[in-house]
Amino acid sequence: MSALLEVTGLTKTFPGVIACDDISMKVAAGEIVALLGENGAGKSTLLKAVFGLIKPDKGEIKINGIPITFGDTAGIIAQGVGMVHQHFQLVEVMSVTENIILGDEPKRGVFINKKRARDEVLALSQRYGLAVDPDAIVEDLSIGVQQRVEILKALRKEVKLLILDEPTAVLTPMEIDELLEVIRALAKSGVGVVLITHKLREVMAIADRVVVLRAGKVVGTTSPKETDEGQLAQMMVGREVVLRVNRTEASKGAAVLTVKGLQVRDDRKTLTVKGIDFEVHAGEILGIAGVEGNGQRELVEAICGMRHRESGEVIVNGVPTPDLRPYAVHMAGISHIPEDREKHGLIGSYSIADNLILNQFDQSPFAKGWIRNLSQVLKNGVNLVEKFDIRTPSPSNLANSLSGGNKQKVVVARELSQSLEVLIAAQPTRGVDVGSIEFIHNQLIAARDRGSAILLVSAELDEILSLSDRIAVMSNGKIVAIVDSNGADREYIGRLMAGLDK
Amino acid sequence: MKSLINRRNMYLLFGAAVVAFFYSRDGLVTTSIFSTATSFALPLALAAMVGIMCERTGIVNIGIEGTMLLSAFVAFFVSSLTNNILFGFACAILTGAWIGLLLAVMSVSWSMDQIIAGIIINILATGLTSFFYVQGRTIPGAFPEIAIPLLSRLPFFGQFLFTHGAITYFGILIIITLYFALYHTPWGLRSRAVGEHPSAADTAGVSVKRLRYLNVAIAGAIGGVAGSFLSLELVGSFERGFIAGKGFTALALMIFGRWNPLGAMAAAMFFGLAQAGANQLMIAQTMDIPSQFVGILPYVMTIVILTISAGKVRPPAASGQPYEKGKE
Amino acid sequence: MNKSEKSTKHFDVGTWLIPIIAVLVAGLIAAVLMHLQGANPLIAYSSLFGKAFGSFSGFGETLGKSTPLVLSGLAVTIGLRAGLFNIGAQGQLLSGALAAAWAGYALEGLPGYIHVPIALLIGALFGSLIGAIAGALKAYRGVHEVITTIMLNSIVMGVADYLASHQLREQSQILTRTPEILPSAKLPIFFNLPFGFAIAVALALFSWWVLARTTSGFRLETVGRSRFAAWYAGISVKGTILSAMAISGAIAGLGGAIETLGITHRYAPAFNLGLGFDGITIALLGRVHPLGIIPGAILIGGMRAGAANMQFDAGVAPELVDVLVALILFFVTAPLVTRFFKSGSHKQLTGGWGAK
Repeated sequence: MSALLEVTGLTKTFPGVIACDDISMKVAAGEIVALLGENGAGKSTLLKAVFGLIKPDKGEIKINGIPITFGDTAGIIAQGVGMVHQHFQLVEVMSVTENIILGDEPKRGVFINKKRARDEVLALSQRYGLAVDPDAIVEDLSIGVQQRVEILKALRKEVKLLILDEPTAVLTPMEIDELLEVIRALAKSGVGVVLITHKLREVMAIADRVVVLRAGKVVGTTSPKETDEGQLAQMMVGREVVLRVNRTEASKGAAVLTVKGLQVRDDRKTLTVKGIDFEVHAGEILGIAGVEGNGQRELVEAICGMRHRESGEVIVNGVPTPDLRPYAVHMAGISHIPEDREKHGLIGSYSIADNLILNQFDQSPFAKGWIRNLSQVLKNGVNLVEKFDIRTPSPSNLANSLSGGNKQKVVVARELSQSLEVLIAAQPTRGVDVGSIEFIHNQLIAARDRGSAILLVSAELDEILSLSDRIAVMSNGKIVAIVDSNGADREYIGRLMAGLDK
Repeated sequence: MKSLINRRNMYLLFGAAVVAFFYSRDGLVTTSIFSTATSFALPLALAAMVGIMCERTGIVNIGIEGTMLLSAFVAFFVSSLTNNILFGFACAILTGAWIGLLLAVMSVSWSMDQIIAGIIINILATGLTSFFYVQGRTIPGAFPEIAIPLLSRLPFFGQFLFTHGAITYFGILIIITLYFALYHTPWGLRSRAVGEHPSAADTAGVSVKRLRYLNVAIAGAIGGVAGSFLSLELVGSFERGFIAGKGFTALALMIFGRWNPLGAMAAAMFFGLAQAGANQLMIAQTMDIPSQFVGILPYVMTIVILTISAGKVRPPAASGQPYEKGKE
Repeated sequence: MNKSEKSTKHFDVGTWLIPIIAVLVAGLIAAVLMHLQGANPLIAYSSLFGKAFGSFSGFGETLGKSTPLVLSGLAVTIGLRAGLFNIGAQGQLLSGALAAAWAGYALEGLPGYIHVPIALLIGALFGSLIGAIAGALKAYRGVHEVITTIMLNSIVMGVADYLASHQLREQSQILTRTPEILPSAKLPIFFNLPFGFAIAVALALFSWWVLARTTSGFRLETVGRSRFAAWYAGISVKGTILSAMAISGAIAGLGGAIETLGITHRYAPAFNLGLGFDGITIALLGRVHPLGIIPGAILIGGMRAGAANMQFDAGVAPELVDVLVALILFFVTAPLVTRFFKSGSHKQLTGGWGAK
């Protein structure tokens, strides 16, 4: 059987990161291929390239043996490629029918034939057993139903290759089972399916082949018969970065940060943090391990006062912190290395020195009353640039002139240079070069040894394992276990992360 | 069957009752106020259509004022030079479309800040029209009133709607066409999708860039109609600063009308009525209102309705944001 | 990273080159327009700039014309620095001019050194009030400042017109205008150089210092570059937006007051139309920098001063200057804005209408 989809040597770099590094893969008709990998492993970029939405630097993509043209999304769709996007490509204010027919509308004269469109949607919904109300407005539907709409949209054309991007991330277990049935039936009818996911159970249940991606590279191709879930989890999180952290025993003090019954909703208003309790003590690092998208981001944002706390409390030294006031939370003693440093952490068109005092600009010694003390700002800049090894000719340069790793060092330097009781470090080494990783790790340990309470959230299991004193495993919005890191079994943690029973 | 008792119908009923009341008190004046109001409202409504067409596909067009100014100018002077108002009208529409293309180049291709792009158009139009302006020119006569047979003999409605110049009818046709096109044709569906969620449209095979170019250019042409209405039909001349902020007021009407052509038209009619009513009060000297206050009425109303509707209405989600393929 | 590095570099290189190129290209196109009209562009330009910059008295007039331009350019600059488009400098200027005219003739018996500052302050206060209306609507209701400031322009013009023809009208006059201000309120002219220009330049310098050296300036700039980062750093975004618009309005109002006290000596309707819009061009020509606007203001002020001369010598309508200003704006923004506003973490200034 010839390949439906053939990717050879695909490479794509974005400023600062290699999103895809020489990726090759094949999908045949009737085959279900699972594409497994963490966020940032390059899955989305690969998909966008397949759809002609981004232009690869190198490599070739063939569909039915014909190379695709960049920008020709319509042509690629016409070739029979359908996609169910992770971020739904649905116009929320429009009806189900309108969304499904968009781009190829049944007509009556110059007008849309609304009746035929509606009938078509009903027929489609019946044929695949995916019930939807054709007249409902998308934003009124639950996430599960929205996804059904997204799938129907993809199936409307005579689809030969169906790509599903994290389709089960938002579904209930019953909905997942239904979806897997639909996928099986499709494959049986000869459709090639690419399933992108990080849920191992589904991969084991349904895939014919598994391609594991990590940091833009294919790290392995296997099949459920040849492997098990623990092994897949390890391939996924990898162990390439050799982590050398000299960590002594923690001298644990009193509980400084207490999180009680915290519930948080994500941007889509879904409850993603479903009641979390933990304590972080002075002089310890509590690591939160978990596959991304299990509520970690929302948890961190809520603790730092950047996201509304649905219920529960965040207490520092016995004093509850206010909701939705990041600066007040900061003043209460919580420093934060944000995950999205471009948006939250830095102002690119400000100098490095100014970024280093962004949340202290009106405090002594950086300002005396109304007037800023620029020489102190610069002195502080020179000081921190050296201490934190920020690679720049001068702290007066714009933050935008720095590489990703050095930008992160600016944020780390700013947050660590202030006397801090609690530090929340979210993905502190993402997109950072190896040298900087080690440096940042050592700084975190040093802060711990000075008595700070540190909450480390990372998708890198190795990072969690080597830095943390205790490890909390987060899955589906809950902390499923808190274990001591000494003698922690990475396979056991991997299974917990994957949402499996202990 | 949908129930006939809903909010919109209640408003309509209430409005009709008020009109009937005034009509019964003084039919002649009421009719004339409504007829004048139509003429005041039409350029505002058409200008609002420009805004709607652009924003529905995700482009903020703050250059409507300039578009109308330049096309009113072209309409008048080409008509004057060629002695042919139809030719002038056609040139004005083309001018509008060209300005639309200029906006598209700046905002779609160059990803420029769309507010600055609009301001450039306004200032450019002001500069060009004042430079090329010549005093004392005339046109062979404005578009004459055409009374539509039979319909124009209806009481009240005959004068209100069916005794106007050709551009008025054309304009009303544009508004109604736009309404149906936006909500009932593939073009409209795609345009709205592009303005709400461009990547959704893109992944469905709709070319975001092409549609934005097309719509902004058509919108410019509509702006040309609005401008020529002022210089060729309503006033029959051209002065510097001729548009007097109508292009900006139109943006407020667009927002108040929730980006719906009929809603914006209703809002424009409300504006027209307020202005015609105030004019009537001033002329009849029923009340001693200084002319300046009548003059600033639309501007004050614009701010008031914006303040009321801000935060309550929901603009097209992608409005004002450049779209780059493959970037979410 | 590569991309942003590149754009930063371009930004640096372009800082002085782009405005100069923009002015040259605009001048070239305007020359073609003049040629098409049958005029000689060379004569026109030499007449235009000869008058404006060729003589001591001409240069004095140029500086006089430049004064309100420096201030309206500064007003727009302060707004843009906070991420706001104050295109209402026109109305703020007008209200300042009228208020100063009233203070100039109505407050009797004051010595000059008190009368002048009071009249200037009253002008600035009224300009500030108009700016603050737009600022408050933006901060607390999310109403876009571009529409409100434009509408306020027309409203101020109407109200000023009304006041000048009723309450504040000069008695026993056919013309609609206010009485002439008292001698004690007139701004002095030293050696043909207007005092008002010195005030404007001093204010530009002060603004630059405030932006660069004070915590208020840092707040304003931070809000302008990233409202989110500002919130994160504990800066009141709403308060900053309101005060930025109020300050911007005050500067424009001061520009109107100086024009009244220094040049027109009274308020009459049709008072310096268009000055406020030149401010947008000047601000962008000066790379949105408080000192960068001064050369641009002098250039455009000079063109305004020499326009009549150009009509006399070369037969070119003085409105050519409007075209020139518009073309300069176009050419200076086309490459500039794409880089300036897209560089780094600066998001698009305009995110639609309802957005806060």
